Amino acid sequence: MTTRGIPAVTGRIIRQAESLLKRAGLEGLAIWLARRVRRVRHLGRNLVIAIPYAWLLAFFLIPFVIVLKIALSDAAIAQPPYTPLWEWVGDQYLNIKVNLGNFMFLVEDNLYWKSYLNSVKVALVSTVACLLIGYPMAYGIARAKSAYRTILLMLVILPFWTSFLIRVYAWIGILKNNGLLNNFLMWLGVIDSPIVMLQTDFAVYLGIVYSYLPFMILPLYANLEKLDETLLEAAYDLGCKPARTFLTVTLPLSVPGIIAGSMLVFIPAVGEFVIPALLGAPDTLMIGRILWDEFFGNRDWPVASAVAIALLLLLVIPIVILQHNQARNSEANS
Amino acid sequence: MKRRSLFLISAMVFGFAFLYVPIISLIVYSFNKSKLVTVWAGFSTQWYGALLQNDQILQAAWISLRIATLNATVAMALGTIAGFVLARFKRFRGRTLFTGLVTAPLVMPEVITGLSLLLLFVALESIIGWPSGRGFATITIAHITFSLAYVAVIVQSRLADMDESIEEAALDLGARPLKIFFMITLPIIAPALVAGWLLAFTLSLDDLVIASFVSGPGSSTLPMVIFSKVRLGVSPEINALATILVALVAVGTIIAGVAMLRSQKVRERDVQMAAADN
Repeated sequence: MTTRGIPAVTGRIIRQAESLLKRAGLEGLAIWLARRVRRVRHLGRNLVIAIPYAWLLAFFLIPFVIVLKIALSDAAIAQPPYTPLWEWVGDQYLNIKVNLGNFMFLVEDNLYWKSYLNSVKVALVSTVACLLIGYPMAYGIARAKSAYRTILLMLVILPFWTSFLIRVYAWIGILKNNGLLNNFLMWLGVIDSPIVMLQTDFAVYLGIVYSYLPFMILPLYANLEKLDETLLEAAYDLGCKPARTFLTVTLPLSVPGIIAGSMLVFIPAVGEFVIPALLGAPDTLMIGRILWDEFFGNRDWPVASAVAIALLLLLVIPIVILQHNQARNSEANS
Repeated sequence: MKRRSLFLISAMVFGFAFLYVPIISLIVYSFNKSKLVTVWAGFSTQWYGALLQNDQILQAAWISLRIATLNATVAMALGTIAGFVLARFKRFRGRTLFTGLVTAPLVMPEVITGLSLLLLFVALESIIGWPSGRGFATITIAHITFSLAYVAVIVQSRLADMDESIEEAALDLGARPLKIFFMITLPIIAPALVAGWLLAFTLSLDDLVIASFVSGPGSSTLPMVIFSKVRLGVSPEINALATILVALVAVGTIIAGVAMLRSQKVRERDVQMAAADN
């Protein structure tokens, strides 16, 4: 449909011209004309593609090139943060001479390694926890009566629409020493004195699981909802026990949902800043927080850029897995 | 069988409690008289009054609302085009890169997006003199960039579900592509556009990290003000603000959900009637 980008009248005239040329034995000319016309017809379509393409190139791809460039530039620690870029970029030879310094700094300084590994660990554990909590919920919603299903699904989505910052903030009131949870546990008599929960790793895990749980449930639900129930019935008819049916039929079929959900939790969790900043201890090492501190605290733009590149490299593999999984899913659907 | 469903039910009760207890506790304690947020000292709405007197918060809220509205509108337009391109143009040069560019902002850690956009704006300022300083415009551009991706995904999936034969029929009847898009495609995918607008609006209203990177003096958004307050501890005013936001979102979601259910029912009935006519 999109190849008919020019008015129908013009199209008719061109078609008539083509047939005239053909009749006149000038087939080569007719083919040439058809080609020109196709190119013009593509103009509208290309324009449509160009608008969002240009925006994303300008404001998403090119910024990364600039980050890479600054990461490879001299650490301008002495410079104020608003130094014009060209001062670094202008002298190419100087750039090349010192360019890997920032990355060497990241490799040599233990702080960065530790935060790098710790971010991966926190994200992995949180992803597994999300899966363990989210899978039964998604399964339960998918198996619920369709009248309840919409409501339950809306209940999962609703927190996702409310402010992320405020949902994390809510946990401060619950976890602090004289907070709700400690008061509740002391009222129950389980503990005598408050447990320190805020500003611990536990609080960070809790915050991440809480914030990203909907991202796990929704793709899992979308997958489990499509599950062909006759397969389960067949398994039962053949004498398979529920637990075994689940492990041999349901679970393997839901792997694409598990992958999608896990990546949607893992990838943003690795670079998370707000949750460790609000719920974690001041020395919680998360790479997103290091980047933030490097930038806003130390005002060291080149090192912050190098941290960003390092974080990006860490995420390339999960992002590729996600894309691949998504592409395979859409192929399977169509 | 029964035991497993019992397990499922308890897992769901636990899960939903986990999702909702923090939000409910926020709401309850926003009506607390005491300044100590976790000690109950009687019902009071004084914090809502205090909130209305807080110029800093009100000013930030006004900036955030303006950014969110502009962002949602532009992101809806651009995202619809991007989603349309993804769903309908199966082959063009650079499609792989385009797909990557649309999906990457969805999962990109905010610190990276924020930093890279700030560096872009600084570079642009030194090269072409725009944007001079950072603030409203730069935050809006940054928000559009990631909101666009969400809208594109929503629109794309709606278009993928849509029956293309309607468009083909219009084409066969001689309608031009642009006319087909505005007369047929757009009305059919309108719910996705509304959902995309709302999502872009809330994403923008919610963003702290990217806005912190690309904002300038005097353009603190609401999340930035909340963050700076919350870092110092719990404050009942923030609880009151949170309650208002949650209430707005809940009302909006319920209205949207009811509207969607109703239109779905109408459509089902129409389909049934059409089938009965035949």
